[in-house]
Amino acid sequence: MTTLPAATDKKLGLVIDLDTCVGCHACAVNCKQWNSGGEMAPLTDQDPYGSEPSGVWFNRVHTYEVEAEDGGRTVHFPRSCLHCENAACVTVCPTGASYKRTEDGIVLIDEALCIGCKLCSWACPYGAREYDGHSGTMKKCTLCIDRIYNETLSEDERVPACVSTCPSSARHFGDLGDPTSKVSKLVEERGGYDLMPESNYRPTNKYLPPRPRNAVPRSGAPTELPPAPGSDQPFLGWLDRLLSR
Amino acid sequence: MHPAYSVILFTTASGAGYGLLVMLGIGAAAEWLPADRLFGFVAFAVALGAISFGLVASAFHLGRPERMWRAFSQWRSSWLSREGVIAVATYVPTGIFGIGWVILGTNHSAWSIAGLATAGFAAVTVACTAMIYRSLTTIPQWDNAWVVANYLALSIMTGAVLVNALIELTVLPAEPASGVGSIAIVVAYLIKRLYWRAIDTEKPRSTSGTATGLGRFGTVRQLIAPHTEENYVMREMGYRVARKHAAKLRTMASVAAFVLPMLCLAVQTATIRPWAAIPAGLAAVSALVGVLMERWLFFAEARHVVTLFYGAEKQ
Repeated sequence: MTTLPAATDKKLGLVIDLDTCVGCHACAVNCKQWNSGGEMAPLTDQDPYGSEPSGVWFNRVHTYEVEAEDGGRTVHFPRSCLHCENAACVTVCPTGASYKRTEDGIVLIDEALCIGCKLCSWACPYGAREYDGHSGTMKKCTLCIDRIYNETLSEDERVPACVSTCPSSARHFGDLGDPTSKVSKLVEERGGYDLMPESNYRPTNKYLPPRPRNAVPRSGAPTELPPAPGSDQPFLGWLDRLLSR
Repeated sequence: MHPAYSVILFTTASGAGYGLLVMLGIGAAAEWLPADRLFGFVAFAVALGAISFGLVASAFHLGRPERMWRAFSQWRSSWLSREGVIAVATYVPTGIFGIGWVILGTNHSAWSIAGLATAGFAAVTVACTAMIYRSLTTIPQWDNAWVVANYLALSIMTGAVLVNALIELTVLPAEPASGVGSIAIVVAYLIKRLYWRAIDTEKPRSTSGTATGLGRFGTVRQLIAPHTEENYVMREMGYRVARKHAAKLRTMASVAAFVLPMLCLAVQTATIRPWAAIPAGLAAVSALVGVLMERWLFFAEARHVVTLFYGAEKQ
């Protein structure tokens, strides 16, 4: 069914810390690796070793520069499915392939039902869905349902691949519907926010803004190299005069 | 938005076909079009041919066309599904109406009710097609109050010039539709102009600042793209036509869709049969070419908010 559930029991999602993300793309690479063999597999690549490689990725890491009066700021920005509460990608689906799960709020595609009309990718404001020209179907982030509920993995591994691999702990996974969860507290403490809130898709994933910068004192520290030793020194002065002839 | 030729062909061809059905349905009920078998056969063949050609063209847009039947299931939420359901349902009254007209040689009394049902279903199908675009809030140029009116007006306009051409070509003993066609052309032109003015004056809804949430710090610009080559999102959603070309293309589309057909209809009224079929036919051809161009522009001028993540400043 492509009508959205009125409410979901849990709101599983990610909290992404833009303060600590170093833009290493490890999340994107580990996501690609895990999902090439998982629920949505394969994540096909076209012309992978040619001049115009193209392929399906669930995670894309942009780097933005913010120009402000007090100087610039560089922010690495991972972008993936936000598992919206008001998921337009689900309601536009003509076949029922796209759906949002009532139990945990994860937005998924049933690959066996997808006709590849691409309308869901048009409806998504965040560019989270990528069409796989090889399978003729749409692909998207599954929040690693084949990891987070996987009892063959040790408990600490039951998190999405992007979270497990992040070397700077910039990605956090949990239930954002539970105000006492670690992720909800993190959002509250750090002022976690929605992307494009004016569009009212009510994304589950939240982003933590970069922390305020410490003001750098401008006094004291030298800003230029000291001038080269000159004619006031006996030996170097003599050498300077000799070489200047 | 990337203008997919299959979708442009589909909306133009099926739009014209449904517009023709609207004309036939109303024309029979108003006792304007007599139940001539030859005219009926040609008109229904053209209408159903254009509609069916359009539906087949749209299937080429799909990644898995063999699963197309599944698209009839989600009419509760999806405009694409509703369009599919109504499009297929339209064949039922059209079939009854067509049998009466072409085989039994009647389109009056009870048969004209089938005709009115045909016209109603055809118009609703076109409105559903338009709603697929209208309902996408991610594309401000489509989420626009004039989109549904625009699709309906162009569908009826192409239907009117088509029925007019068929009346002249089959030398039907009935008043040609040059008057109705002229009115439809003027209405469609005015709506198109209002649509263009609306999208030109629309205020941006989102910025790269609100999309990334980094606007609080200052002006956001992309420093490093996430990938070295274009990906699906950039190819599908990143297509845009330069503003100066758009202005030129709008003029060309307007000339082909509205100005030339209008002139042809004027020439037609001053021409005697059977020669009147020439300007009438040219009006239909020119209108269809113009609507194809208009439909291409409808896509090429549409800008998706996802481009805000890829360097666009506001959308």
